[in-house]
Amino acid sequence: MLGLSKKDTTFLLIVIFLTLATPILLQPFPEGSALAQFNAGYPDLMQRFAIYGIFAIGFNILFGLTGYLSFGHAAFLGVGSYSVVWMYKLLSYNVLPGLILAVLMSALFALFIGFISLRRSGIYFSILTLAFAQMSFNLAYSVLTPLTNGETGLQVYTNDPQVLMSAGSPTSPHFFGIVMNESAKIDVGGWQFTFSNGYYFCAIIAIIVFYLSLRIFRSPFGIMLRAIKTNQTRMSYTGLNSRPYTLAAFVISGMYAGLAGGLLASMDPLAGAERMQWTASGEVVLMTILGGAGTLMGPVLGAGFIKYFENIFSKINDNILYAWFSALPEGLADALVFMLHPFIGKGWNLTLGLLFMLVVIFLPGGLMEGGSRIWGLITGKNRKSKKAGKDPEHHPKPSAHVN
Amino acid sequence: MTKFQLNRRTLIKSGAAIGAGLALPTIFTSSARAYLNEPKGGTVTLGFNVPQTGPYADEGLDELRAQELAVQHLNGEGDGGMLNTFSSKALKGNGILGKKVQFVSGDTQTKSDAARAAAKSMIEKDGAVMINGGSSSGVAVAVQSLCQEAGVIFMAGLTHSNDTTGKDKKRNGFRHFFNAYMSGQALAPVLNAAYGADRRAYHLTADYTWGWTQQESIQEATEKLGWETVNNVLTPLAATDFSSYIAPVLNSGADVLILNHYGGNMVNSLTNAVQFGLRDKMVNGKQFEIVVPLYSELMAAGAGANVRGVIGSMNWNWQLQDEGSKAFVKSFGEKYGRPPSNSAHTCYAQVMLYADACERAGTFDPCGVVDALEGFEFDGMGNGPTLYRADDHQCFKDVLVMKGTENPTNEYDTLEIVEVTPRAQVEYAPDHPMFAGGDLGQCNSGA
Repeated sequence: MLGLSKKDTTFLLIVIFLTLATPILLQPFPEGSALAQFNAGYPDLMQRFAIYGIFAIGFNILFGLTGYLSFGHAAFLGVGSYSVVWMYKLLSYNVLPGLILAVLMSALFALFIGFISLRRSGIYFSILTLAFAQMSFNLAYSVLTPLTNGETGLQVYTNDPQVLMSAGSPTSPHFFGIVMNESAKIDVGGWQFTFSNGYYFCAIIAIIVFYLSLRIFRSPFGIMLRAIKTNQTRMSYTGLNSRPYTLAAFVISGMYAGLAGGLLASMDPLAGAERMQWTASGEVVLMTILGGAGTLMGPVLGAGFIKYFENIFSKINDNILYAWFSALPEGLADALVFMLHPFIGKGWNLTLGLLFMLVVIFLPGGLMEGGSRIWGLITGKNRKSKKAGKDPEHHPKPSAHVN
Repeated sequence: MTKFQLNRRTLIKSGAAIGAGLALPTIFTSSARAYLNEPKGGTVTLGFNVPQTGPYADEGLDELRAQELAVQHLNGEGDGGMLNTFSSKALKGNGILGKKVQFVSGDTQTKSDAARAAAKSMIEKDGAVMINGGSSSGVAVAVQSLCQEAGVIFMAGLTHSNDTTGKDKKRNGFRHFFNAYMSGQALAPVLNAAYGADRRAYHLTADYTWGWTQQESIQEATEKLGWETVNNVLTPLAATDFSSYIAPVLNSGADVLILNHYGGNMVNSLTNAVQFGLRDKMVNGKQFEIVVPLYSELMAAGAGANVRGVIGSMNWNWQLQDEGSKAFVKSFGEKYGRPPSNSAHTCYAQVMLYADACERAGTFDPCGVVDALEGFEFDGMGNGPTLYRADDHQCFKDVLVMKGTENPTNEYDTLEIVEVTPRAQVEYAPDHPMFAGGDLGQCNSGA
């Protein structure tokens, strides 16, 4: 279906199902139970899962396929956000013009940055992109304040022109009347599920761009990109100029990032300069590596993993810990809280860092490798691959990143 | 690889599927509630959104302490603190409207984006009816507009920018803290008396809404005295070393350095300035002076001996001797073993004012709370008689002018009160040019 092989179609259908059922899947614990703390099925976080999933999918087209590690993708995220908020200010709260502009603007930015940065590869390329992103951040933060409103962030004011606004139009972001921050809460037994318009809007876009990335992975263009990752020198000896391919990949992934940034501003009509900071660029690299670079699903998983930690773990405070350990004797509870204290609340970064180290050391292929190992254990296929591991004649291994 | 072929049948099929997908969420849309996050059970949840990391983290942690204390007092635990001295007697120490108060906390990271994400999760996941806190005006402005859009009440914590109740004011947002304009009006006479009317000022300013408006306010107030403004240099909020900004001050011909910095920024820039020997210099035949328009105890403690003799302003100080302040300092001190900071005080007062407004309105409905708070006059919260002005949701009360203690007797004795500037001297019209351009809009209950 849709130009995909049977296996890929099944894969896509599973992804569609998982995405659409997210509001239910992320709410596994009933309201009021002690574990409800770990529920993640509220609109803001689900929207972030989908949006950062898009960001990571796009980043993976560049990093996963060509192996070019960009440290500057946050710049495109910021460009996307600013474009959307400016369209709100000038036209109306309909997100469509903003999203189109976001993708176009980030494509232009990516073309410019990519054209210069791609003259080098490896670490030099990473440093160049980092420099560009940091420049964009500083421009947005302090130089171009009339355009970006600096640290405060760009917002919509009641005295903005908004020429397409009529009396009855919604006063918050909407897609032809479907207001993003509206949602329906449904109570089933002890569970409460929130179906938010904003989430489904992001989810449908995420599915579409996921399908696009699937097509890119399977296309001759994708194979060319993989060839660049495997051995660029050999490519150029065969008389092939690889730069147009890498530039195209860079621009495509920049457009994905711009779309993600635009969606961030579609869910919450504010664009802040810190979205462009190098930490945000580093975050998408972490997401991709954590989930599994070069795999289709990995980056999305990594994005979900990191956002979950940022939003759920950072909210656990000492009071909640005491509530958990209330059954234990006081001295023991105090000791446990004291020991866990550095890892919760504002220490969520520490917990994430430790997990990241464990993943990189023991599962170099990211969460996807973990998944496939568990799958192998269940189906018993791992014995075969163990034999392959002891291959005395050093046959080339099957490519890991076609998945 | 197969070709992607589009024929009429697949087009109609996929079109129908996408259409159904887009329409799906709308069939669920319902509005069974009277207002957003209406508390249904025996409890009501408040959201405390404070910086736990970043340059204002110290302030945020102190705010959180005060908010916890306020929740205890509302629920009738502890000694009741300022509930006993508050002029409104609507609160009875049995929670709010008979519902036990509980709270959730979030980390703003002193970043607008992160602060909005934290506030959103408290509103959407935890069902908070009110967001309180924040230690940066950039964050306060961002979160205030989020609360307006979502339909909950925002009780601002420490935010000193004119814009919070000026060009960015919102119907659902309220500020108890004073603002930059008031600082300028309160400081000017004291600066005149201490340093004379013939001075040349050099401003270093944190590059965001608070820094901009404070610089503008101080410049206006000092230029009225006859001071001259030599230069204004903007510094990034995330900066930690200010030596490159301090060095040019030496050769600029200025004889006063005004640091429009707060929190960790101010501690670092003041320390840098003292290390460069600015305070021992004689310029234009006068002693070089440093002014920090917005002070806090935590900053003074962080800067140590460097604040001695430096003049600034504050919203409240624990050394005040009125009944409300004494009661608050006593219960805070008994619980945490230290005096509260002025950011702690403002957050505590805001939680109390919100609870009282709900009690008087008889509902948690944001529109009812807005009505109860607008034009509300009260006393006994440590600042003397105070008015919540209806035009811009700004509190009007006395302002303190402070000075770094020359010979501190203990570790909390860092600042001394120079003057309590009466409320009349810092008042201004709602359409004052520094506050113009905003619109409160309509109250939003999120229904």
